[in-house]
Amino acid sequence: MAVLNEEQTMIRDGAKSWVQEKSPVTAFRKLRDSGNADGFDRAAWKEMAEMGWAGILIPEEFGGTGLGYLTLGLVLEETGRTLTASPLISTALTATTALLLGGNDAQKKKYLPQIAEGKLIATLAVDEGAHHAPEKIALKAEKSGSGYKLNGKKSFVLDGGTADLVIVAARTSGKPGAKGGITLFLVDAKASGVSREKLKTVDSRGVANLTFANVEVGGDAVLGAADQGDGLLESTLDRARAGLAAEMLGQAMQSFDVTLDYLKTRVQFGQVIGTFQALQHRAAKMFTDLELARSCVEGALQAIDRDANDVAQLASLAKAKVGDLVHLVSNEMVQMHGGIGMTDAHDAGLYLKRARAQEATFGGSSYHRDRYATLLGY
Amino acid sequence: MSAAEKIDTDLEVFRAEAREWLEKNFPPSLKGRSGMMMGEDGPDASADFGKWKKTMGEKGWGTPTYPKQYGGGGLSQPQVRVLQQEMNRIGAWNPIGGMGVMMFGPTLLEYGSEEQKKKHVPGIVKGEVWWCQGYSEPGAGSDLASLRTQCVDKGDHYLVNGQKIWTSGAQFADMCFCLVRTDNTKKHEGISFLLIDMKSPGIEVRPIKLISGNSPFCETFFTDVKVPKENLMGPLNGGWTIGKRLLQFERAGLGGAPGGGGLNRGGETRSLDQVAKHYVGTGEKGRIADSDLRARVANHMMDMRAFMLTVQRSMAEAKGNSSPSFTTSIMKNAGSRIGQERAELLLEIMGSQGLGWEGEGFTRDELDTIRGWLGGKATTIYGGSAEIQNNIISKRVLGLLDHQ
Repeated sequence: MAVLNEEQTMIRDGAKSWVQEKSPVTAFRKLRDSGNADGFDRAAWKEMAEMGWAGILIPEEFGGTGLGYLTLGLVLEETGRTLTASPLISTALTATTALLLGGNDAQKKKYLPQIAEGKLIATLAVDEGAHHAPEKIALKAEKSGSGYKLNGKKSFVLDGGTADLVIVAARTSGKPGAKGGITLFLVDAKASGVSREKLKTVDSRGVANLTFANVEVGGDAVLGAADQGDGLLESTLDRARAGLAAEMLGQAMQSFDVTLDYLKTRVQFGQVIGTFQALQHRAAKMFTDLELARSCVEGALQAIDRDANDVAQLASLAKAKVGDLVHLVSNEMVQMHGGIGMTDAHDAGLYLKRARAQEATFGGSSYHRDRYATLLGY
Repeated sequence: MSAAEKIDTDLEVFRAEAREWLEKNFPPSLKGRSGMMMGEDGPDASADFGKWKKTMGEKGWGTPTYPKQYGGGGLSQPQVRVLQQEMNRIGAWNPIGGMGVMMFGPTLLEYGSEEQKKKHVPGIVKGEVWWCQGYSEPGAGSDLASLRTQCVDKGDHYLVNGQKIWTSGAQFADMCFCLVRTDNTKKHEGISFLLIDMKSPGIEVRPIKLISGNSPFCETFFTDVKVPKENLMGPLNGGWTIGKRLLQFERAGLGGAPGGGGLNRGGETRSLDQVAKHYVGTGEKGRIADSDLRARVANHMMDMRAFMLTVQRSMAEAKGNSSPSFTTSIMKNAGSRIGQERAELLLEIMGSQGLGWEGEGFTRDELDTIRGWLGGKATTIYGGSAEIQNNIISKRVLGLLDHQ
């Protein structure tokens, strides 16, 4: 664990106890079983916002606390532990980052205070197919009067079914696959021409496919520089990847802790199964990987906070390493629990499923290994 | 002036002092020649090396954190960092090293009697006394506590009989810190920690030739070796605790330090992607031509980055407390595995050029790579094998129990 200051320790401890009390895994299970259409619990989100979590990245002048990415990561790690479903990733992390990095004063004033208060759900819509591929963006934005007209589709948008504000990455010039020509737009989800289709996915969180048919937006909807949004998009995504990695790390920690506990209590052949070396060494391997992955996640978040020049590399490193980790640990969780781990009543399956969904979000391990090599020039 | 500002000012005063002293005393002929401590032929014998070692030894900066009263530098961790920065600045390096400095010295400071500290620490600090480790035996490898080298109390001295193996640098050593059996009725509680003069009659040392062609390790035979009673360190039959503590210092040195054992194998000093581009060539967008190799190089370099970030993190978390903990097992395993993977990848990248053993037709890097690849196989065996580290992690860190 990184060396924390007093404020960070307080927030981490607060998150730990809130999550245990108000949002244990049973809360997520209840949400899933209730058929909740939002994909998260609005009452819980209200409480999270009241504790200041929605505004951790937002500067005080816009109603937040401006404590930075490592601090938000601490909260995400704790909510990740219990699979808490909330708009923290879509809104407090990703959309907020885009607004902070690309927004002008008017845009920040309009949206950030509402986000900090927990009143506005916002999200970033990037991908248009089954794989994360920002360079392949095809959704078209054409000049129309003083504004633009948007046409196209976005797929697997986080909280896409409930978001009030959608930050749409659109193509204003060039062909899909070409460098450059991307513009980010702030689009009201209720604007005429926006339709959304909520998806039922294995992890039971709220993703949706969005369609944009002649959606008219004003010139003031452009976030950052028109036609030059590639850099803004990548910078936003890198921060989202590092934050998501923190949530994944929390999940991996919890899967591991629960599994370790089982190794210490389950008796077979007259002894607890944790005395078997075959299992001990697999546990030691998981623990080693957990420690290495933690260093990557915290390293990336700290690099963002000090605005280092290797944020992109570290974000890809963190997402790839922790991506491998969540699969290892959640699979071992099922295997080491044996039959009980296969049942829906046990939590192991929930961790296994969530890990898969996160793998696909903002690029999987293969994507980020390839990107890491490219960033380093080979 | 606040306390923090005072500390900063003091550090800058120290920096100026260190800079001036290093510039005055470091022989420029030795610039950048780090790692020349103990080669196949023993310690570097050049006059400049001797002079540099003597000067650093007298200053105590070769063992910067050792207490001043025994001749050490008595420096704080921030001062050590400043000293290292100033040495790096002019290409200077620490001529004092070896098992005495890294492993035995810290253990001696923790467990030795006042007389033992006074007698043995100054020799380590000055680099005058070379220590070797008498731990493993032919029948006691991973199961170290089954060691059988007998140590019998003869009233005014101890008498030692037995055999040690893998004693690093025993052919050059002046002294040996040794685990010996003083009670045959108990296992762990029958072991004592004994300091033996390697010039004692009855000691025979035979170097062992390894698969790498080098002989960094020896067999050491003890036949009726007389050892003074004052050379027992810690209580009689209380050597296991001390021996284990020393292993923690060893593992910290092997895995934790950048460039330490595990990661320094493989000869080539260029980054792996540069080597790959050189041997395999580049294709589309300047990528390594072989896409599968490119993916594995990337994976390896990411592992390396994760390891280095973990070293940094554990240093930050220790807040200047340099004492190793059980996390050293994690670092030892990760570091040695990554070092071995690097050597395997290097050989694959070099193809047939990586197969040279000696002589013409191969570059120095190529020859070093294959020797390093073979020598590096030892990193997951010595200092407690990878399997033993996993036992330590699962039992000491994770709290899993022994099989009944």
